[in-house]
Amino acid sequence: MREIAYQRAGNVEDAVRAGSQPEAAFLAGGTSLVDLMKLEVLNPARVIDVARLDLSRIEVTTGGVRLGATATNSAVAAHVEVRRRFPGLCEALLSGASPQLRNVATVAGNLLQRTRCAYYRDLSTRCNKRSPGAGCAAQEGWTRMHAILGGSDHCIAVHPSDMCVALAALDAAVHVRGPRSERDIPFSDLHLLPGDHPEREFALEPGELITWVFVPATPAAARSRYVKVRDRLSYAFALASCAAGLEIAGGRIRAARIAVGGVATKPWRNLEAERALVGEAPRAEAFRRAAEVALQGARPLRDNGFKVELAKRTVVRALTLSAEGA
Amino acid sequence: MKTVGQPLVRADGRAKVTGAAHYSAEMQVPGMVYGVLVTSGIAKGRIVEVDGGAAERGSGVLAVLTPKNALRLPGKPQGEPPDRVVQVLQDDRILYSNQPVAVVVADTLERATHAALLVRVRAEAEPHSVKVERELDRASPHDIIAGGRKQEPDSSRGDLAQGLAQADARVEELYEVPPETHNPMEPHATIAAWTGADRVTIYDSSQWVFSVRNKVAMAFALPKENVRVFTKFVGGAFGCKGSPWSHVIIAALAAKQVGRPVKLVLTRPQMFGMVGGRPQTRQLVAVGARKDGQLTALRHQSTSATSRFDTFVEAAALQARHLYACPNIETRHRIVRLDIGTPTFMRAPGESSGSFALESALDELAHALGIDPLELRLKNYAETDPSEGKPFSSKSLRQCYAEGSRRFGWEKRAATPRSQTRSGMLVGMGMATASYPANFSPANAVARILPDGSAQVESGTIDLGTGTYTVMAQVAADALGLSYDKVRFDLGDSEMPEAPISAGSMTAASVGSAVLVTCGALRDKLVQLAVSDASSPLRGARPADVRVEEGRLSAQGRSDTYAELVRRAGGKPIEARSRAAPGEERKKYTSLGFGAQFAEVLVDPDLGTIRVSRMVGVFAPGRILNARTARSQLMGGMVWGIGMALHEHAVYDEKLGRIMSRDLSDYHVPCNADVEVVEPYFIEEKDEHVNPAGVKGVGELGLCGAAAAIANAVFHATGKRIRKLPITPDKLL
Repeated sequence: MREIAYQRAGNVEDAVRAGSQPEAAFLAGGTSLVDLMKLEVLNPARVIDVARLDLSRIEVTTGGVRLGATATNSAVAAHVEVRRRFPGLCEALLSGASPQLRNVATVAGNLLQRTRCAYYRDLSTRCNKRSPGAGCAAQEGWTRMHAILGGSDHCIAVHPSDMCVALAALDAAVHVRGPRSERDIPFSDLHLLPGDHPEREFALEPGELITWVFVPATPAAARSRYVKVRDRLSYAFALASCAAGLEIAGGRIRAARIAVGGVATKPWRNLEAERALVGEAPRAEAFRRAAEVALQGARPLRDNGFKVELAKRTVVRALTLSAEGA
Repeated sequence: MKTVGQPLVRADGRAKVTGAAHYSAEMQVPGMVYGVLVTSGIAKGRIVEVDGGAAERGSGVLAVLTPKNALRLPGKPQGEPPDRVVQVLQDDRILYSNQPVAVVVADTLERATHAALLVRVRAEAEPHSVKVERELDRASPHDIIAGGRKQEPDSSRGDLAQGLAQADARVEELYEVPPETHNPMEPHATIAAWTGADRVTIYDSSQWVFSVRNKVAMAFALPKENVRVFTKFVGGAFGCKGSPWSHVIIAALAAKQVGRPVKLVLTRPQMFGMVGGRPQTRQLVAVGARKDGQLTALRHQSTSATSRFDTFVEAAALQARHLYACPNIETRHRIVRLDIGTPTFMRAPGESSGSFALESALDELAHALGIDPLELRLKNYAETDPSEGKPFSSKSLRQCYAEGSRRFGWEKRAATPRSQTRSGMLVGMGMATASYPANFSPANAVARILPDGSAQVESGTIDLGTGTYTVMAQVAADALGLSYDKVRFDLGDSEMPEAPISAGSMTAASVGSAVLVTCGALRDKLVQLAVSDASSPLRGARPADVRVEEGRLSAQGRSDTYAELVRRAGGKPIEARSRAAPGEERKKYTSLGFGAQFAEVLVDPDLGTIRVSRMVGVFAPGRILNARTARSQLMGGMVWGIGMALHEHAVYDEKLGRIMSRDLSDYHVPCNADVEVVEPYFIEEKDEHVNPAGVKGVGELGLCGAAAAIANAVFHATGKRIRKLPITPDKLL
């Protein structure tokens, strides 16, 4: 770990100002940042500690819930209104990491967590995300855990978050404060596709600090579910996951939400798949058709062809559970 | 009261949970500095230059040692096999990815870690090969070292071709176990402190202090007695700490070169390559049987990976020589050389990987014949060892099958696969046989009665976390006629009487026997002293009439005590030294521990996820020294079976020649959620031939057959036979 300047921000304005300096990084729970700093994969010159800012509140508003940026994953998952209005979000949170990690990992930290691509974490291999232009060793390597959606010739690293998959499906908005203004970023715009520049991961300007995430309450959200398939029963990243929610009235689907995880370079929401369900009866055939649409464009690699079918089945399972839970 | 067999809590348990137990890396040595290894990113080639300039300029950095400037070792850091060939900065060859190529020494761990990242290694890469499948045409036979002795790679009995021809049903399949790594919780750790130009003390996380002593002495051309090695506590080893690897010599080398004690702890990623692992095996099994289930042919051929520069053979087919009564048995072992770090013994080496193949094949045969898998085993029960016709020193496998089947509820298993469900999940039940050799090697011990009448017993053995401290004190207490709390057993010091490697499940058998005979000798010595001591109330009594209980010697209503005897003898501790070693008697028998494994799985029919909902294992491992620690070891073995069946896989990137699953996030072992009901039981045996302690060992037996039982249960649940481990959800889609 290289030597760093450490600064504890006194308030949001301080944090934003300090975070606008070159090579600065915000530190909250530290479960991702500190890990990668120890590996010297991330090497910020200054670390701005925002963990103690007054940003950890979980507030219920008329239209939904506002999750403070530094609310811990455990606190969000245990919140009674979150559980009632967004069961799929709770399931997603509780399926991630371990209790110890969830007790310190934060909402904003989860949004900004980095990939678990083994090549990204190994300095002796080529990685465009780590060293732009270096090449991507993963493409010709062990691709079992890599993306089948949203990848490019330069990067196929999976976005590892569970919570983000649920937030993508729930149509959340990310509120950020920057040096000059504050703004809301639609959740689907926060994470960038790797394209030619996998080193650019987030639609955030220098100094912009996430202050909260707003999750709108909808009937579909209230029936949302999260299904995660992994190689062991806990403490493992998803082979495929799906957050899904259905609003059903009169035996027909009125609205549907579907996002998949573990298979894409960013939390992957497919609006077409959602539209394909509207007006349908909540039955297996319709779910399967939607799953086919959700995985459209999948480009499997040598070791991860199974993810196409597994993800479809995961979508079907999540939709089935959502339909069952009345 | 006898303490042997009692489920006593660990003697060292409190020290461990309160932090009072100091593991090797926790030893405080004045002036100590920190070494961090730099390892190779390529799998094969030659180091052109190691540029340590930037690292050397780092604050607190004392040295960057590379093949260019590292001390030339005056000796050769190699002993006889199975001692491992090591890479200790003496030449420019890169033989495998993650090989040590430099060590940075600094005043703090953080500075050394950072400086190690600044070291630039320039190397000329050469083509490498890390894939067994591509090298099969170069497979060659090699002697096996198992249970401390050489064994032939091949065996043949009867006429296999004829046996296969006679069979009404045959199964011939390829079974594969991927490379695995041990991953003890405590990483490899060494502290080397020179106390003079030719004298060094080593604190090492090791399974064998004498091997560390000998290797360091050889490398530095020192008399053995100039090297003292301590290993007081070990946080798991499973075979990877059985041979001192490169880092041990490098720590001593660095300490000598910088003139300070050096601590060198491997990082988790560094434990993938340079400290061994279970090699990949490809196992071809052919079994044939008549309609009634009588085996007519059994062939087990295993090909395993090893390195280019050293040899390890995963003896996967050995058990096929002893396990079933079959007139025609052939076994074969081949090795394939790859550009990888040398593999080594990993918990139940051969028996665990081999039992996956053999016991899966038998399950397939049972299915083909329409016979219950347990029936098939009973039909071919070996009353004597089929390989040499010798009797077993004891064998209670039949009782294991019966009790396991009863406790598990085997009769509830439907004959047809994929026919049982529970809450939407497919239910499967599987079973397998477990066997593991009852190894026994020469061991020494010393026992003393101290002035207060208590005993101190020592042997230079190891407690891997298994309970050696506890069980040896139990054996000593009974043999001396003392209560357990009056005995202190100490270990883990190369100046203590020599003990064998703590591996092969033989510590309890070997050291237990040494402690038994040594304490027996000490008791006899004290009895003799009492009856011939003019001032003892017992003078003149016949030694055979003297009973010793709680340190009190009594005969015909008269009594004396150990404490009094020591006092009258001048107040100096009275001691005995002795040794236990296998004799001629043992050669007349085949000695194996046996068991029966049963597993139930619940499989999601759509998503392929597997829950091992229940495991029952019944084992016959000779005498049980401590019901609690023995049970824990067997349970640990069964949990390893879950890992072998479902999780463990050291994944090579073929192009890079490098293991990419190099941490516990990518290299999966079972977590709590994966371990539900795991129930080990014993059938205790009285075996008078196996060794004086009557012990067969429980460290590895619990893993044997466990992966097969789970794989067989997965077949029963799904109708899908997975012959390539681990069984991950994708394989069941």
